[in-house]
Amino acid sequence: MSILHTVNKSPFDRNSLESCVRLAAKGGAVLMIEDGVYGAMKGTTASDMVTNAMKDLTFYVLGPDLKARGVDEGKLIDGVKVVDYNGFVTLTVENDKVQSWL
Amino acid sequence: MKLSIQVNEGPYNHEASVSALNYTKAALEAGHEIFRVFFYHDGVNNGTRYTTPPQDDINIANTWSELAEKHGLDLVVCVAAAQRRGIVDEGEQQRNGKDGNNIAAGFRISGLGQLIEAGIQSDRLVVFGD
Amino acid sequence: MSDIKKFMYVNRKAPYGTIYAWESLEVVLIGAAFEQDVSLAFVDDGVYQLCKGQDTTGLGIKNFSATYRALGDYDVSKLYVEKESLEARGLTLDDLMPLTYEDADDDYAEKDSIRVVSSQEMAELFEQSDVLFNF
Repeated sequence: MSILHTVNKSPFDRNSLESCVRLAAKGGAVLMIEDGVYGAMKGTTASDMVTNAMKDLTFYVLGPDLKARGVDEGKLIDGVKVVDYNGFVTLTVENDKVQSWL
Repeated sequence: MKLSIQVNEGPYNHEASVSALNYTKAALEAGHEIFRVFFYHDGVNNGTRYTTPPQDDINIANTWSELAEKHGLDLVVCVAAAQRRGIVDEGEQQRNGKDGNNIAAGFRISGLGQLIEAGIQSDRLVVFGD
Repeated sequence: MSDIKKFMYVNRKAPYGTIYAWESLEVVLIGAAFEQDVSLAFVDDGVYQLCKGQDTTGLGIKNFSATYRALGDYDVSKLYVEKESLEARGLTLDDLMPLTYEDADDDYAEKDSIRVVSSQEMAELFEQSDVLFNF
């Protein structure tokens, strides 16, 4: 049993990413989409939260949303994987259900 | 796999509708069945044919309609949410004595039970919203 | 797989500021007729939905807080509230509406619907669900 969590809010605007990390059980996947992609960047006040959560969760970020915002993949936290919409669909299938942290 | 999608936001304020469209296209390309796309909250505003965005901008309602025609998608607009927000089909027009309707091609208005049914029948429910 | 699925309605938004809380409660009421195994989760600002003393007369909009009291009659009797979300907001169980249901398996004894759980327990409840509804 595992959950795909989607986070679509900037961690500097709302607490969605924080709540996701708090309430996601070990083995889950977190996909950052829309403004959520800002949570995947290194060197921010939210980076440590993501890095620390990586022992229990796998983090992904939606490439088209990154590109739209001009975020270079080189600025991502090490270990965050970039996927496209096909990858999003695959993650949906690979996990048992989806929790959207709206 | 059988997937259902829920859209909670209108087409232009929030990226949710665009994300849902791109996700739906990718799921169809991967050979998955889309059991239903359910529009709730302000998401019902995806279903009006009266939107006229600038020509260099995406027409989100039309894109849904085209996708529905091509793939036989079931695009369901929640009736309770639609009544609040003025999304009307012919039946609703007659029932509520309105002077017109605005539902876009490929969309239908139905009850919340359609979302519950999607939850029961589908292998996955993916929600896009604010 | 059995015909009955475990539904979890996840409530994370405060009432009145946006319509999400009320329209998601409408889904719960309609969904109750489908005889699934229904639970509600209240986390983050969602815990404000259950607070006592809501009075919207000054706004001129519908006060839907009484509807939560009716959930027991719809056989919706599992309302999980995250302890950490309550504490972060300076709230305790006493700040929430007393919600009850009659337990058909226990001679219709009146029982509390609200169950305060830890983050970890909430995470497990999410894991055990079949479908997570988000609004």
